Formats: sequence, C-alpha cells, structure tokens
Amino acid sequence: MKTLQGRIWTFGDNIDTDAIIPARYLNTSDPASLAAHCMEDADPDFMKKMKPGDILVAGENFGCGSSREHAPIALKAAGIACVVAKSFARIFYRNAFNMGLPIFESGELHDRVTDGDEIEVDADAGRIRTVRGGGVLAIEPIPPFMQQLLTDGGLMGHLARKAAGRAERSPA
Amino acid sequence: MGMTLTEKILCRHTHLDRVHPGELISARVDLALANDITAPIAIAEFRRAGGTQVFDRNKIALVCDHFTPNKDIDSAGQCRTVRAFAREQAIVHFYEGGNCGVEHALLPEQGVVLPGEVVIGADSHTCTYGALGAFATGVGSTDLAAAMLTGEAWFKVPESMKFVLTGALKPWVSGKDLILHIIGRIGVDGARYRAMEFSGETLGALTMADRLTMANMAIEAGAKNGIFPVDDTTRAYVAARSDRRYVADTSDPDAAYRDVLEIDCSAIEPQVAFPHLPSNVRGIGEVGDVRIDQAVIGSCTNGRIEDLRVGARVLRGRKAARDVRLLVLPATPSVYRAALEEGLIAVFLDAGAVIGPPTCGPCLGGHMGILAAGERAVATTNRNFVGRMGHRESEVYLANPAVAAASAVLGRLAGPDDLP
Repeated sequence: MKTLQGRIWTFGDNIDTDAIIPARYLNTSDPASLAAHCMEDADPDFMKKMKPGDILVAGENFGCGSSREHAPIALKAAGIACVVAKSFARIFYRNAFNMGLPIFESGELHDRVTDGDEIEVDADAGRIRTVRGGGVLAIEPIPPFMQQLLTDGGLMGHLARKAAGRAERSPA
Repeated sequence: MGMTLTEKILCRHTHLDRVHPGELISARVDLALANDITAPIAIAEFRRAGGTQVFDRNKIALVCDHFTPNKDIDSAGQCRTVRAFAREQAIVHFYEGGNCGVEHALLPEQGVVLPGEVVIGADSHTCTYGALGAFATGVGSTDLAAAMLTGEAWFKVPESMKFVLTGALKPWVSGKDLILHIIGRIGVDGARYRAMEFSGETLGALTMADRLTMANMAIEAGAKNGIFPVDDTTRAYVAARSDRRYVADTSDPDAAYRDVLEIDCSAIEPQVAFPHLPSNVRGIGEVGDVRIDQAVIGSCTNGRIEDLRVGARVLRGRKAARDVRLLVLPATPSVYRAALEEGLIAVFLDAGAVIGPPTCGPCLGGHMGILAAGERAVATTNRNFVGRMGHRESEVYLANPAVAAASAVLGRLAGPDDLP
C-alpha cells in the first residue's frame, strides 16, 4: 500500500456514524451527495475546510452507532485519504475494509497532533511520521485477513478471487 | 474449557468442532436482512459482483421501515429499488405498506427468527434477536451483499462478557432501565467487539419484550451481540409464532468469560440517558428540571404492545402538557391492532397524542417528529447522539415508556411517581 501523506483534522472520542453522515441524508446512496454532508453534525464547516487527501485523526470508538455503510462511503467520496483513530467501533471497522477506506489504529497519535499538522502513514512499514517534530509512531498491525481484503479491493473483490480459486488467504 | 452460548451457536454454523474467541471463521447465516436505507447499496453490490440469484429466498428479509411511508421522492426511489429486487428474487420475507413494521419488532413477532440461529442484518440493531437466544449482529451493506450471494459471513469470534442479574425490579423499572444502567456502567465501548451474555435469577422475571429491549441496545455498549439463554418464556414466545425446529444452546459451566459483572437490579430506578451518549445515564431522581418539547413512544427498542400498555397506564385519564408534542408509534401492524382493540389508542388520543404509523421515522431523525434547534425530546428510542432526531442543536433523552409518558404530562423529565 502506498504511503499516505496529508493534512489532518482531529476529532474526539465516540464520533458516531450520525455525526459522520446524518441519517436525514440517507435517502440516497450516491457517494457525491453523501460526501457533501460528511462530518456535518460534528463540524458543520468541515466540507468547506477540508481538501481531498486530508486525513482524519480521532480518539476512541470512531464510527460507533449505526451500521450505515454510507459513513465510510461519505468519507471516501469526500477525499479523506485515511482515518487514524485510537480505536474503531466494530461495524465501522468491517465496513471500511469491505469497501476500501484505509483505516489505522494508533493509541498515541491523537494526543500528539493538532488540526493542520501533516502526517505520513506508511502502512507497509507499520508507522506514522508526524511531519512537524519528526516523531515516528507505530500503528497497530492490520490482521492478515483484513490485509487480504484490502489487496483484493474489498470483500466483493475477495469473494470473486476466492471463487476463482486464487485467494491466498481466507478465514476458516 | 467449554464454550459460551455465542461460541456454540457460531460453531454449529461452521464445519469446525469448536471455535475460540479471536478466531476468524466463515459461518452459514440463517437470515440476512436489510432495510430501505441499507438494502439499495447491498443490491447494487450484489449486482456488481455478477449476482443473479440469492442463496436462499427464504432466508432473506427486506423491510422498508426507515423512511416509510415514503418521506420524499428519493426515499420512494430507494423503496422501489428494494421492491423490484424482492419481486425479481421472489424474496419470501419482504415487507412494506400494511404488512410492514419496524424490522426488529416485526421479525421476532412474525416468527422469522428463532433461537440458535445466526442472523446478520444491515442495521446495527440486528442484535435485538439475541433476546431469543440467537446470534445476531449488525453489519454493513457489503457484508449483506456477500451473504445474499454465498449464504455465509465472516466473523471474528467475540469474547463474551457475562452480566449476572440478581434482585427484583422496582416499580416502573423495565428492561430499558437495566440496559441503560449497564451501558452507563461500562460505557459506549465497554463491550466493544464482545458478546454481552445475560444471566442470573432476574431473567425469569423479564418478559420477552424486556429482553428484546436489552439485546437491542447491546450495540450501544459497542457489543457485537447481546444474548439471552432460552427458557420457558422464550419457548412460549416462539411456540406461538413458528413451528420450525430450533436448537436451544446453553453456555457450558466451564466456558471462559472476559468479564463477569454482577448487577443488583433491585437497586436500579428508572434511568434517563442525557445527551449525547446512551452511557450518560442518571436515575430519575437525579434528572433535575429539564423541560421537554416532545415525547416519543415507539421504535425497535420500545414500540411493542407491552411498551404501549405501560405508556397508556400512565396516560389514562391524563393529558400531555400543552407545550409537549406526544407521539406514539406502534412498532408493527399487530401492535397497532392490539393497541386499538385494548383501548390504548383511545387513551393516547384522549391524552392528546399523535398516533404515527409503524416506522423508524423520528428515532433516526428521518421524518414524523423532527426537532428544531434548541428543542428537547424524551424518547423510548436507543440513541441520543448529536442531531439524532433533528437539528444538531436539539437534544434527545432516552427513557422507558413510563418515564416518557409521565414526562409528556408534566412537560419536564419525570417518572410516574412524580405525577399528582
């Protein structure tokens, strides 16, 4: 996976999927329409401030609440390069891998950075470099099955590869 | 070392002899469900993967309950997509219009989910069915699409937490209060990735409605699933609804638990979760003077007939305060009919309530009860996140139906014992 470098936006703990994409906009699954309201109830000006390639850095339990896949879809369509959080709620975690939004866990990053800082995420090396200050932090390794999902382009791609007998790893 | 209830159910749906927490497995699903918001994405993914036929038309449920009756043109389009797919695939459990209710109230009521089954749903409150002793968990639309294709889903076997409930319930205390208390104690990520297994002597006193409410909100503690053992209450509930065979698993005496928490239910008073997290709970005695603009009784959490009976008991002969909009939404057509036949609808109308159709509507800020900036609602629903029921500067207070009804009468957060 290529190294992701971008400007960051920080959010706190328990950012729920209603904050990421409020339910009132779920009368469509069109990615661009969803992206227009990304993070609206956490920060109404977010879409005016962010630029494609930016990175979200959050605290514990990012993506809690509803199972709506519209949440990772909105983030991805808005151009968010990846999300780095202390931890993720489980359905959001699944959804992100299933539909190909890169996410990483770091217990430390959130406490060390502020809005506008730049970071570099090197998934293959398992580390994050903060451009200001030059600190290097480890990211939690991605489990092999989840890596395979990313490699195969998400769950449906993985199933297609498996059906074709080419999957190298699959659960059970 | 034995297996927990959750591990046993999952294991029985694989080719394995046993499973361990943390292990990645692929399990057969007995039911895969989606609603009018999540199904369209799943259907698109299904087609994009070249899917032409679902794995089993008897094992998929499509419930148009969120933005229905269609709230706008786009919502109507989403329902049209779901309907066309359901017809094309001859989906047996397709619900819309007059046979439709809030999915997690409807499917157990109709006998579609049974003990021992593995259920996934593209809706986070799919965990509700754990009340029946099923393994049930919420997933996203892509997972659902994969299950519609293959009949299987991948899972990381969760560690289990055991909640041992003891003591008798105080008056007006229900399953809603127990689960709010537990979430308040462990936090909104206190059971993250884990199974919440309920046990203890108090279970015998909990109705199926109480259990459905509790399992429903397991997700609000971050859990993968909530689960109850099968007992006579479960068996009687299921026998009245289905003649399909089922397996009632039990946890082994030497099963391993990540945590065991004792809950003294006799010490719990009606609970209210303040904005903006379900874990932000206070006893009804500590709520202070909080004025409300709206009270909502309904949803997959508390829209069953038992909930409406409690609400009506409090409201009989009383009126909602002039400045409070009281909304009652029976969760299914059968609940609506029973409420009508039992005279509850008349009680609600006399109290000044608006009776809504079975829909998720206001719970997720969809329609039929949206809050303006600065407004507050007490609701029997499950989430009080920022903007959940409307404007991002509105507030939702979660409570049981008795508290919602009493609050409607007094115009402020209150319990039934506060009524004159």
